Amino acid sequence: MNEKTMHELRKIGFYTFIFIVIIWMGVPLLVSTLYAFGVPDEYYNPHRIIPFHFTLKTIKMLLFTLGGWNALKNSVIVATLAIIISFALGLPAGYSIARFIFPGKDTIKLGMLALKIFPVPIMAVPLVMLYIRLHLIDTRLGVALAHSAGALPLVVLITASIFAGTSAELEEAGMVFGLTRFQSFLKITLPLALPGLAAAAMFTFVGSWNEVFAASVLTFSHRTLPALMLTLMQTAPDYYKFAAAFIMAFPAMIYVAVARKYLISMWGIALK
Amino acid sequence: MAKKVSKYVPYLLVAPALIYLGIFIGYPMIEGIKLVFYENGGFSLATVHRAINNYYFWPALKNTLGLVVIIVPSQLILALIFALAMNKVFKGRNVALTLLIIPMTLSDIAAGLIWYSILSPSGFMNKLLLNLGLIHAPIQLFGYQFHTREFIMLVFVELWRSTVTIFVIVLAGLQMISQEYIEAAEVFGAGYWTRLRRIIIPLLKPSIQTALLLRTIYAFSIFGIVWVLVGRDIPVLAGEAYYQVTQIKDYGVGAFYALLIAIMSLAIGIVYLKLTKAEYLEVRR
Repeated sequence: MNEKTMHELRKIGFYTFIFIVIIWMGVPLLVSTLYAFGVPDEYYNPHRIIPFHFTLKTIKMLLFTLGGWNALKNSVIVATLAIIISFALGLPAGYSIARFIFPGKDTIKLGMLALKIFPVPIMAVPLVMLYIRLHLIDTRLGVALAHSAGALPLVVLITASIFAGTSAELEEAGMVFGLTRFQSFLKITLPLALPGLAAAAMFTFVGSWNEVFAASVLTFSHRTLPALMLTLMQTAPDYYKFAAAFIMAFPAMIYVAVARKYLISMWGIALK
Repeated sequence: MAKKVSKYVPYLLVAPALIYLGIFIGYPMIEGIKLVFYENGGFSLATVHRAINNYYFWPALKNTLGLVVIIVPSQLILALIFALAMNKVFKGRNVALTLLIIPMTLSDIAAGLIWYSILSPSGFMNKLLLNLGLIHAPIQLFGYQFHTREFIMLVFVELWRSTVTIFVIVLAGLQMISQEYIEAAEVFGAGYWTRLRRIIIPLLKPSIQTALLLRTIYAFSIFGIVWVLVGRDIPVLAGEAYYQVTQIKDYGVGAFYALLIAIMSLAIGIVYLKLTKAEYLEVRR
């Protein structure tokens, strides 16, 4: 075999591999989307591999009769609250770690690193007791507070590295021209750090949007979307499962399509 | 020069975050320990006995560890292959990349339900195989009697869903490797495997370590995907914690399972920090 055929063969092998990857990842997404809109009768017809007739009935039923729409709203509210809380607490901490040298800083940083990997949602079990006492049980704020605790160490670490990347000299120049440290932070550092902060916010949002354990344990009527689906899908007929999958997966797919480039570098570095 | 800052300012900025974490991680830890070991105002092992003697406990522990041990290493290998492939320039790269990272923003509940459309008795796979004449009756994957099949299915779906965590970290690490090293090795006649083994993998070591740690700890609290696909046919620790709290209302036993997961995660985390502490402080100071 000469060099050229070897090269050709290798190329074919590589593209076969890529083709398999695309099928493996793509087919379940495609099929479940089609099934979500398919007429239930066709799903149970063994000769219809892919539905021919489509309906919105299942999805509408799930959204407006079974509480999906409210759960979706709850999910958005909880995730937004989680961003606000974790940023309000995490931003100053990140800034402090990035800008100042003080005793105990390395310990704090290591602690954040350790907590970043701590399975916070699982602590929702003992948290229930505290929540009952504080009347936070079954509230969106309660879930958001738990989700913020999960996101906070990461927010601190990300913001610290973002602020470390923006120049302290610029900030000090602002202070020379008569700004206070806070003004100079607001007018100079914050705008520079904005893209990175946006990424951290997305990270928090997605984490909260998808979290199911804490959300299920801490609520019973104000369910977020995954928590609601977890209980509904125990008894739901199959075609409801596909509709539920679509409702949850659709925002995720749009999100990835829009922010793909950003996601890989940011996620990869943020998770590190 | 900057105005002199009071030496308390850095601490004041950090304090709210630390206090918050203390309340939401430290307090539940203590509360959890209390739930497990205190009863009627004194130390008691009754809850621990109840938790350990529960019919589902040992299977749950075994399944959780089993899933971790099978899933995480397989994911590492898959993720490495994907990352090496995606680090190349080729036609269709964008499509493949987008599809590969979609599960990153997908909840495990959604991933489980998506795969149900393929694997259910009237699902895509069964209907396809039936109509192609390859099988004569649907392959049953769900149900308590198909314990092993359900386990394999969980592994499979988890590979689909969460390999991306490792993939993204490894790919980010791969993109940071200077092309010069690889070219230098090429000049000295190193083939692809040699370059991979002697240069790329060693340089990727920090990324791989982090990715493995994260995935392992996430995998310890595997819950949603199991619950939505097979329920308690395959008990797992987090699932049992959820069940005890929401159905039985036995918070002590639930807390025991939760603490067990937390302690296993911490143990892995400490080992990891010991391994990487030196490197981290050096780079980020």
